Amino acid sequence: MNPIIELNNLTFRYHKTDERPALNDVSLKIYPGEWVAIIGHNGSGKSTLAKTINGLLAPEAGSVQVGDYALNEENLWSIRHMVGMVFQNPDNQFVGATVEDDVAFGMENQGIPREDMVTRVEEALKQVRMNEFATREPARLSGGQKQRVAIAGIVALRPGIIILDEATSMLDPEGREEVIATIKKIKEDNDLTVLSITHDIDEAANANRVLVMRQGELIDEGTPEKIFSAGPKLVELGLDLPFPEKLKYSLSEKGIDVPETYLTEEGMVDWLWTSVLKK
Amino acid sequence: MMNKLILGRYLPGDSLIHRLDPRAKLVASFYFIAIIFLANNLWSYLFLGAFTLFCLWLSKIDFGFFLRGVKPLIWLILFTVALQIFFTSGGDVYWKWSVFQLTEFGLKNGIFIFCRFVLIIFMSTLLTLTTPPLALSDAIEYLLRPLKPLKVPVHEISLMLSIALRFVPTLMDETEKIMNAQRARGVDFGEGNLIQKMKAVIPLLIPLFVSSFNRADDLATAMEARGYQGGDGRTKYRILHWSKKDTIVILTFAVLTAVLMYIRN
Repeated sequence: MNPIIELNNLTFRYHKTDERPALNDVSLKIYPGEWVAIIGHNGSGKSTLAKTINGLLAPEAGSVQVGDYALNEENLWSIRHMVGMVFQNPDNQFVGATVEDDVAFGMENQGIPREDMVTRVEEALKQVRMNEFATREPARLSGGQKQRVAIAGIVALRPGIIILDEATSMLDPEGREEVIATIKKIKEDNDLTVLSITHDIDEAANANRVLVMRQGELIDEGTPEKIFSAGPKLVELGLDLPFPEKLKYSLSEKGIDVPETYLTEEGMVDWLWTSVLKK
Repeated sequence: MMNKLILGRYLPGDSLIHRLDPRAKLVASFYFIAIIFLANNLWSYLFLGAFTLFCLWLSKIDFGFFLRGVKPLIWLILFTVALQIFFTSGGDVYWKWSVFQLTEFGLKNGIFIFCRFVLIIFMSTLLTLTTPPLALSDAIEYLLRPLKPLKVPVHEISLMLSIALRFVPTLMDETEKIMNAQRARGVDFGEGNLIQKMKAVIPLLIPLFVSSFNRADDLATAMEARGYQGGDGRTKYRILHWSKKDTIVILTFAVLTAVLMYIRN
């Protein structure tokens, strides 16, 4: 299978004089239908990476390929049609004066006829369960609702790839769960590729593959199980541990033998009750 | 702050005036303001006054809202009227003291100017109270369209207008937040003399500006990521409907002008 996103030896500096590049020789491949999470602490270059994929930032060296297009002046807008991006701040990416206007904004840019827009706005809002709020203004919506509108705006454009650039980092736990569940469902329904850039370990646990970044470099990749089994090393990278790992760590400090491999919350529950039965 | 301000506020409703096309309302309001200056005697003012009251009645909005629209401007109105009354010469002189004088013409002019002010404010308040800001910006965009060949950036103006309107409540919230945050650190807003008051505004203004720059940056990035390339080749989701009653409104104003021309001196 051909990768849908391919980055080769990408290097990027914000200022020519910066000693350390924001991205240093990054290469990666993402395949259609995958959910890939990129994790790393602040300033590790995650967001920069996301912005170079659809040409919001131009790399200093290296190449970007999205689908059949290599990123250059000519293909820039074709690539942007294929890649939808949801950003961090729900307020600052809301362009429209009402929910439906915001969802229609991207379609207006592509010159889609009005009749099509009306049906697609309605469909997209239904998919994120915001159809009752179509005529509301952003000032009257919660953070999670605004992010769902942002997702609807992208779903309406029917891209093949969605990039979540810390899309849940300004939301409360409830809003975060809401948004992740929405993305999951939309990914299944529309067979999308999702690239999520996040601090949130629980969001990363949903992924098929996790990439770890530090100081502009990709330092590790693998399944969430593999990455999270690194345990306390993750903390050294400036990341939080998933809850089952924390529990395992506290248990082993109390002198209880715990399994070496990574367990999900369910796996942890299974192991706990079987181990109690064995005693 | 928001609650006292009637200027530019919209009251949702479902009256005849509410349902009119915003273009018709905008044109009619401007036209009305222009023809007020044609009125020059008692009967013409009475006629326009009756027409205005009829429009206000049609909107089914409490009359108090319109009076509150006049309130912030009342001192300006009284000042202008006083100047007119005391400094106009001509006609019978009733009272005189050095340069001040009370004359027949002065009194008449003063009353007329008062009526003009009040009628203009009533009509413009009626426009903003019955039209959502967004519909107004759509109407402005439509009406500016003939200026496009003259290189007026109509799309950009209307985009800026709609983004500005969309961010008004967001920035209001933020102002409130920054104010409270600065209060919590001991800044006293609205205390002391003029210079101290102005100094107290700095810790409010600077963070507000900086955050607006950041917002603008984020918004521009988000717009670009969603394929915004300027006004060319864009379609529009929002459309305006011109109906029969809008034509009738415009015709009413033509009749109004004709009657006014007849009764003025």
